[in-house]
Amino acid sequence: MKHILNVLVQDRSGVLVRVAGLFSRRGYNINSLTVGSTENPGVSCMTIVVEGDDRIIEQVTKQLHKVVEVLKINDVTAEEYVGRELLMLKVLANKEDRVEIMHLCEIFRIKIVDINKKSFIIEATGTHSKLDAVEQAFRPFGIQKMSRTGIIAMVRGEKG
Amino acid sequence: MSALAAERINGAQAIIACLELENVDTVFSYPGGAVLSIFEALRESRQIKNILTRTEQGATHAASGYARASLGAKAGVCIATSGPGATNLVTGLATAYMDSIPLVAITGQVSTSMIGTDAFQEIDITGITRPIVKHSYLVTDVNDLPQVIKEAFYLATTGRPGPVLVDVPKNVADSPCRAEIPGKIDLPGYKPTFKGHRLKIQNACKVLQEAKRPLIYAGGGVISAGAEELLQNLAHRLDAPVAVTLMGKAAYPFRDGYLIGMLGIHGAPAANLAVSECDVLLAIGARFDDRVTANVAEFARDAQIIHVDVDPAEIGKNVMIDVPIVGDAAAIIEVMLEYLDPAEHTAWRAKIESRRALSSEVYEPKGGGEAALHLRDVIAELNRQTKGKAIVTTDVGQHQMAAAQFYNSRRRGGFISSGGLGTMGYGFPAAVGAQLAAPGEQVVCITGDGSFQMTMNELATAKAHNLPIKVILSNNSNLGMVRQLQKYYVNGSYFGIDLEGNPDFAKIAAAYDMAYFRLERPEDVESTLRAALASPRLTLVECMIAKEEMVYPMVLNGAGLTDMVVAD
Repeated sequence: MKHILNVLVQDRSGVLVRVAGLFSRRGYNINSLTVGSTENPGVSCMTIVVEGDDRIIEQVTKQLHKVVEVLKINDVTAEEYVGRELLMLKVLANKEDRVEIMHLCEIFRIKIVDINKKSFIIEATGTHSKLDAVEQAFRPFGIQKMSRTGIIAMVRGEKG
Repeated sequence: MSALAAERINGAQAIIACLELENVDTVFSYPGGAVLSIFEALRESRQIKNILTRTEQGATHAASGYARASLGAKAGVCIATSGPGATNLVTGLATAYMDSIPLVAITGQVSTSMIGTDAFQEIDITGITRPIVKHSYLVTDVNDLPQVIKEAFYLATTGRPGPVLVDVPKNVADSPCRAEIPGKIDLPGYKPTFKGHRLKIQNACKVLQEAKRPLIYAGGGVISAGAEELLQNLAHRLDAPVAVTLMGKAAYPFRDGYLIGMLGIHGAPAANLAVSECDVLLAIGARFDDRVTANVAEFARDAQIIHVDVDPAEIGKNVMIDVPIVGDAAAIIEVMLEYLDPAEHTAWRAKIESRRALSSEVYEPKGGGEAALHLRDVIAELNRQTKGKAIVTTDVGQHQMAAAQFYNSRRRGGFISSGGLGTMGYGFPAAVGAQLAAPGEQVVCITGDGSFQMTMNELATAKAHNLPIKVILSNNSNLGMVRQLQKYYVNGSYFGIDLEGNPDFAKIAAAYDMAYFRLERPEDVESTLRAALASPRLTLVECMIAKEEMVYPMVLNGAGLTDMVVAD
């Protein structure tokens, strides 16, 4: 099962390598990892998507806690959460396809952020499966470039 | 000491001042270009004795031996220069990491402006060592040094101990330091659990109280917590026998009949059978290592398992645990003793006792014929003559297992061996460190001709400081443990293990001004050891052992602990 871990870390040099190294050394499968700042200066949040049964996730969590800069770990998959990824793709947009592409963007409620003679850049945020669907929908037009981020996630309500 | 700002010290002097405040009295080091100013500051220290080893690896092992022979949670300290000096620390750091030994390693680094340019003797040592240290620092601001050193010692010695590396660029060591000394610890993410959860401890006590066949399985965590006496009280209260791991060899340094020997693939039959028959297994400061459990599916199959460990990540890692308790072994046993009523398990203990003889008689070494000298007899005699009170260090191989089987440590922290990493070359430098930590005590290094040659350059260090270490060298002219593996796992097709080209060890001894004894006949064991142990000098006892000699019992790969091979 996939777990999304929000890992709050002290923003010190080397902490990313320490965390990433731990996953490779202990043979855990990492699906995605994003790092960014939080509301607290000096504290970053790593959102790590890791696959494994409960026992593996327990080990991952315990091993992460041993990294000195790790302050807090929250397995958001255990709660109600909102999770989002960002996708950008440059899709071929010939004259005859343009309208249809714009139509698709409306349906998906995603944005065209750059237009030139032959292509559009499309920006989409959403869940992993929505972005998979976006990717599928635009593939027939010809995707020239695509880049997707890992997930960031937040627990709903008062908690977390 | 207050702020030293007015005294205009540099980073190097700040490091040494911080070491002094950590009560460091000995460092093991090897100098070089990037640590010149650190050595200059060290030269001026009245408190710290500098031991120049013959390679940086020797410095790490010596620092490890020093930490382990010292009583109390004291970190060993080693200093090396950048580049090759730093990379030579790797094996020693990994050894200490696997065995949870507190070390602080300080390395020089090229100046910050040169980092990343592949400068002379530049190496990314924090990168190289990241998986084998508890924590590491690359200090880029001289004013961070006091805090970093303070934190390094705190991290190394608390919680589950381990090595910490501090990499100091040359310009940082040379810059004026205005930070207050000592620095303040600021580690919001590091809060090792010391006290155990009381409710869990009560649950464990309930399980223990109802046990019919309880067994204690004690590891190195008992020693790092200084919980030996408490463990004895616990064993007596529960009337439960105690089996130990290699790292926990000295965890039960008492002669009261409760210790039943070492567990594992070369463990004592009494211990291996007991773990397979017990109904409650209380593991304290041990980590269910594969060399202890053999086939893990069969390990303590019928038992409820209580696991006490200071590192939560060890609990449930290899074996499912019924009652987990995170915390310091001493703190937890203390609480256990509050709840436990005295128990009696006469029949269970008698059953185990009946197998004790098995432990020593089950194995009849045949290698070399009737009149051959057997290493185990030498070690058994060493045990008799020293009453187990000597500090023993070992290398890795057959001699290590024989030492674990036949030397019963009666001295706290008195059995110093590389358990987790299995580092050949550990024994002698560790003995150097141990002898410096315990100057008045008998220190014996039990080694083999393979291991000894990996680090015997440290004989010079011992000679320079007049250390009266006794080296018992098992010379069987080949790599005996590998021979044993080849015998059982590749049908005796021996290859790459012949130590042809071995030096004349008598001449080695002479070159280092050692007392030398050659031991060939079983009838000379007693008198030779007596003479060697009485020598006030650095001493070598070379034991001529047949290369066919094996160490038994042995549990083969995939088998359970009860399935022991006991003879050729």
